[in-house]
Amino acid sequence: MLLNIHAVHKSYATPEGPVRVLDGIDLQMARGETLALTGESGSGKSTLLHLIAGLDRPDGGQIMINGCDMARATDGQAAQMRRQTVGLIFQQFNLIPSLDVGANLAFQARLAGCHDVDLVGRLATDLGLSDLMRRYPEQLSGGQQQRVAIGRALAARPALLLADEPTGNLDEATGDQVFDLMIRLSAEAGAALLIVTHSMRLAARLGRRVHLKAGRLVA
Amino acid sequence: MIGVVFGAIASHWRRNRVQLAMLLVGLALATALWSGVQAINTEARAAYDQAARTLGQDHLARIVAKDAGTIPLGAYVALRRAGWSVSPVIEGSLRLSPEVGGGRVRLVGIEPLSLPDGARSINLGGNPALLRSTAPLFAAPQTATRLARTTPAPAPTQIDTTLPEGVAFTDIATAARILGRENPSFLILDAAGPPPGAALPTGLVLRPADPSADPAGLTASFHLNLTAFGFLAFAVGLFIVHSAIGIAFEQRRALMRTLRALGVPLHLLMLAMGLELGLLGLLGGLAGVGLGYGVAGALLPDVAATLRGLYGAEVPGTLSLRPVWWLAGLAIALAGTGLAGAQALWRLWQMPVLVSAHPEAALRTGARGLRLQALAGLSAALLGGAAGLWGEGLWAGFGLLAGLLLGAALILPMGLALALGAAIRLAHGVRADWFWADTRQQLPGLSLALMALMLALAANIGVGSMVASFRQTFDGWLDRRLVAEVYVTARSEAEADAMRDWLNPQVDAILPIWRAETMLAGQPGDVYAMADHATYRDHWPMLATAPDVWDRLALGEGVLINEQFWHRANLRLGAPVDLPGGALPVLGVYSDYGNPRVQVMIGLDQMAARFGDAPRTRLAVRVAPDRAPEIAQSLTQHFALPDDAVVTQAAVKAVSRAIFERTFTVTSALNVLTLGVAGVAMLASLVSLSAVRLPHLAPAWAAGIGRNALAGYELARMLALAALTFVAALPVGLALAWVLLAVINVEAFGWRLPMILFPADWLRLGALALLAAGLAALWPAYRLARRPAADLVKVFSNER
Repeated sequence: MLLNIHAVHKSYATPEGPVRVLDGIDLQMARGETLALTGESGSGKSTLLHLIAGLDRPDGGQIMINGCDMARATDGQAAQMRRQTVGLIFQQFNLIPSLDVGANLAFQARLAGCHDVDLVGRLATDLGLSDLMRRYPEQLSGGQQQRVAIGRALAARPALLLADEPTGNLDEATGDQVFDLMIRLSAEAGAALLIVTHSMRLAARLGRRVHLKAGRLVA
Repeated sequence: MIGVVFGAIASHWRRNRVQLAMLLVGLALATALWSGVQAINTEARAAYDQAARTLGQDHLARIVAKDAGTIPLGAYVALRRAGWSVSPVIEGSLRLSPEVGGGRVRLVGIEPLSLPDGARSINLGGNPALLRSTAPLFAAPQTATRLARTTPAPAPTQIDTTLPEGVAFTDIATAARILGRENPSFLILDAAGPPPGAALPTGLVLRPADPSADPAGLTASFHLNLTAFGFLAFAVGLFIVHSAIGIAFEQRRALMRTLRALGVPLHLLMLAMGLELGLLGLLGGLAGVGLGYGVAGALLPDVAATLRGLYGAEVPGTLSLRPVWWLAGLAIALAGTGLAGAQALWRLWQMPVLVSAHPEAALRTGARGLRLQALAGLSAALLGGAAGLWGEGLWAGFGLLAGLLLGAALILPMGLALALGAAIRLAHGVRADWFWADTRQQLPGLSLALMALMLALAANIGVGSMVASFRQTFDGWLDRRLVAEVYVTARSEAEADAMRDWLNPQVDAILPIWRAETMLAGQPGDVYAMADHATYRDHWPMLATAPDVWDRLALGEGVLINEQFWHRANLRLGAPVDLPGGALPVLGVYSDYGNPRVQVMIGLDQMAARFGDAPRTRLAVRVAPDRAPEIAQSLTQHFALPDDAVVTQAAVKAVSRAIFERTFTVTSALNVLTLGVAGVAMLASLVSLSAVRLPHLAPAWAAGIGRNALAGYELARMLALAALTFVAALPVGLALAWVLLAVINVEAFGWRLPMILFPADWLRLGALALLAAGLAALWPAYRLARRPAADLVKVFSNER
């Protein structure tokens, strides 16, 4: 198993007392698998994604990625996992505004020390970005920015691609295009793909779907 | 990986070049003013060290007369016979003629054969020229030139580059002839010390070596003043840097979060930020050190003139590039950048990865933050007040100043927020409501620049008031001090007597000017004779007097002392002043601005009795003012006097005023430069803020306020804030002026001045502040007016 989550709990402190967001999550993903994580707003989808990526820590349980427990990893170990094993795609794109498209595409691969010019070139072509390489993020549409974000994540050849509402900021047609690209390119790269989404329609296009409700996963 | 991360972080500057330029300009200006002042201080200290090393003053003991007089030749011979390895020195000051700038040169006569090895750092001991019957005067280039051009020339001069400026060395016999003395001023004792079991004869005392010998001690206060100004300018510059770094960090907060999310460890991000700060510090520092060298080079001649005029200390007017100075300049630039960037680094360290970021978020300071800052300011002001009340010396004065300025700067944002709150309540109409509310929202982002502006304005008001008060007081003082219409210097006492006889039937009065040098309370000082005449009784600028002061002075029952002596020796009326021939009580204190030396006035009879060998060659002549030029001319012609032997009151006053103006050139220049730095601070803040202003302005634009109108409001906002800041700076500046006049000046120079207010100067400065603020706001406002509408639309399309 690439990803093995076992008995993960997470609560947040609020003025009214602690609120349990995740309550004993168990989840597995194999290499190359695609999985949609759906749920209502505030159901804990993004929290679970952040825990998997090591951006936050669970209160209890295990999150194993390639044998490394992200629940107990140090900041440095979690950062290393994000550089080399896990690719992240955000709803807000989070490109580096001061770097052009070409530099943004290559950025994570260079961080991971696996920069491949040919791969970046292929990704740019596949993502329809070849003519936009010298542009800056502010000069791109939302769909173009999200395509750059996908390319940036894939250029580092991650084993696991995590996408948090990647089409949430895009219109339906553009969202569909981006979604298709993500599925196709992650499959070509052999990466497992976990997408958090509200859309049942898009979720249905992935290999498997799990639903988060009241902090628990339901089939 | 560090290269990739550094490249990503630093790429911000490629897209924000003006912001980068502002940051570097701020850092360069801060470093320039600080290192410029330090260059001047370093140059001066090197000159003092060179002066102190001559004759081994810093490591060889001396034998001096207990009553501050000279050492009888017989005593010297007796000491040599008793085995004391001593060498005689005659020392005195040589007055230079006005055409070479006036002033004095210290003349030192040495005995080359017996001079101890330790005193041969001047390398003159073995010079055969000293053994000639008429030895030349050896002096550093500038001093040698002045000595050669002064009239009458005391002796031939010879340049020696190993000597410090302001002093001339010669053989003891030549010095004795020039100074009209026979006995040595002191004896230098060889490093071996006194012979075993030997005791000094009565009347002589051993003075140990003094590593901190004059003039370094005397001028310390002046250099501390300069340092304080340099530091103030540096602090104002750092406000710019802090503001620019803070805003740049906030603009990149989202980037930092993304980098963390992409797997960049926090320590690496910190390292990259630290590298960026270091590189910026280095670049700004290099530019600043270069600029500082230029500033120092431009100011040094005036500083040298000031030091000569105020303290009699000689500093060369040219600057040398010392490694210790430019390394220190770079170090202070790096330290300043580190200090200014520490908060940004701390925020980065504390920044959670998952909290969403808004570039303008950190610019918002809540009411609680403002209150806390104001409370800190109040504490600083109280601490400064405590230092002023209970501290001692110049440092206490500077503590008071620092507390006052820091406190006022920290309180300013709270004061401005209150004023803007009042404006919001009083505003009528939707545009006025929005304008004042938006101005208050802008306050946190601009507060650092406004604090810098307030410091600069307060410094200008304070120093300007001090200089103007000084100028007015000085003018009045000159009128009272230089009452005689003509001053004459004869070539001999016989000629002086002949002049007196010749002048007597033509003028109202002839007053003698007798002067002798002696040690006063351990310091070299001057004793003047004062005739019992209405000229002095009616005009002399007295600060404190005992009853019947003039009658008692004429009867020889006491002395008058100058204000410097009064403060330095902490004397009171009636306190005894040790003089050769016995102590006399203080009968009065008079102001003596600009004189670096302590001074005593005694009656003519006392002078004749105690300083019988004082030259009686100078006269002050009272005559109707309109006849002064005619008398001066006919006196010169009748006695075939050199041009500088006769001077009129008007000429002396003109020279004095010129010296006065030059003295304050440095402070005025630093003032203007500090105000310039504050202007750059405002520009830097506005340029940086303009990058995050669009979300504030776009809704107003969408609601129907055009871009030109928005630009106009931006300009008006800065003018309003500058005007409010000026109003706040006024009382702070006046308090600063009071501290400078009543505390710092007394400690630094030994005199106190009355404080005079000059409202017209404030109005001029207020207009200058508005001009600076307007100019700083002009470009960002112009850019806003020219901004494409699409940029404003984007604000809404990016909303989420």
